[in-house]
Amino acid sequence: MSAKGWRELPPGAVILDAGNARELRTGTWRTTSRPVWEEENCSQCLLCWLYCPDMAVIVKDGKMVGIDYDYCKGCGICALECPGKKGRKAITMEEERK
Amino acid sequence: MATEQLKLRELAKKEVLITSGHRLCAGCGAPIIAKMVLLAAADYPVVACSPTGCLEVSTCISDYTAWKVPWIHSAFENAGATLSGVETMYRALKKKGKIDKEVKFIAIGGDGGTYDIGLQSLSGAMERGHDLLYVCYDNGAYMNTGIQRSSATPLGADTTTSPAGSVIPGKLQRRKDLTRIMAAHNIPYAAQASPSHWSDFIRKVRKALSIKGPKFINVISPCNRGWRSRLDDAIQLSRLAVQTCYWPLYEVEDGVVRVTYKPREKKPIEEFLKPQGRFKHLFTPENEWIVKRFQEDVDREWERLQKEESLYT
Repeated sequence: MSAKGWRELPPGAVILDAGNARELRTGTWRTTSRPVWEEENCSQCLLCWLYCPDMAVIVKDGKMVGIDYDYCKGCGICALECPGKKGRKAITMEEERK
Repeated sequence: MATEQLKLRELAKKEVLITSGHRLCAGCGAPIIAKMVLLAAADYPVVACSPTGCLEVSTCISDYTAWKVPWIHSAFENAGATLSGVETMYRALKKKGKIDKEVKFIAIGGDGGTYDIGLQSLSGAMERGHDLLYVCYDNGAYMNTGIQRSSATPLGADTTTSPAGSVIPGKLQRRKDLTRIMAAHNIPYAAQASPSHWSDFIRKVRKALSIKGPKFINVISPCNRGWRSRLDDAIQLSRLAVQTCYWPLYEVEDGVVRVTYKPREKKPIEEFLKPQGRFKHLFTPENEWIVKRFQEDVDREWERLQKEESLYT
């Protein structure tokens, strides 16, 4: 996008479209690895949702349903914190496909 | 103290009022903290304010905002004053009958904008008794501008303005204890929290919001760039900070101290220091004394807190 001139900006440069940062797909930042979710090992504890710094864990009706790769920066906090089920993690980091 | 059981499933039904697409680094602690604060405050209309800092610049790069609550970027030094003004105007409008909502005012600032540059305006806001909550996410340096030391930087940490080398072994001074300074303003509520202990943190935010007057919560916020740690260990490191008692979880309510979490076994400080590259020079024979002093400081502070708590129980 091209920068707006001062005449086009609302007074005080107020941003009226709350949360429009979602237009910026930070998922392109991922370089080495991406989290992969295995539903059968998921205990639905939702810690990944809570700890994700990028709000990239998708929860529907109180249940984890997947990872939003459009925004996930691949930090791996979700995988490290995932307690999983029966000693198997529901989220693991795998090599990023180019 | 009510011990309501917080359920993530219930929390997850609330809309997260800070969105994806912000430009904070991968694995940053700050957006996790902002998310938890906003989730805790989800039952109220919120007006937020951030002084200059990582969270502020990265959530609001020209024309884009990651905030879904009304949010003001103040200058570096005046989040306390800015939000004081907004809160005062709100009270005036309420008095005139032009607004009837129960709005909550929350400032979220980093340690640079809180411990150092914004301290005077924060102190003023606290002393004047404005009805607002100030949350500091403390990552222990000016991370946004390239890891310069702040008064929150711990002893011995390597930063670009306290570089560890042959001249100095990292920062020579201890960190300032801002939570105590805030409590010393005799405000109704001051607390310390960690994102790793999320239910303790969310409960503290909720408690703070239920109290009228100025409130302060200091939250440890790991920064993998500045702490020279792994990309994925923000929560792990904040947990270690609590378990080693480097970052004790406590609250001061009307002057009464209460430790809200006591680790079953207090871990040695090395467990918190070792995973961080900013402390790696401390693990040499000539810098052993710093680790020793670090441990002594932590022990003394933990001891003091417990003694203070015992005065009231």
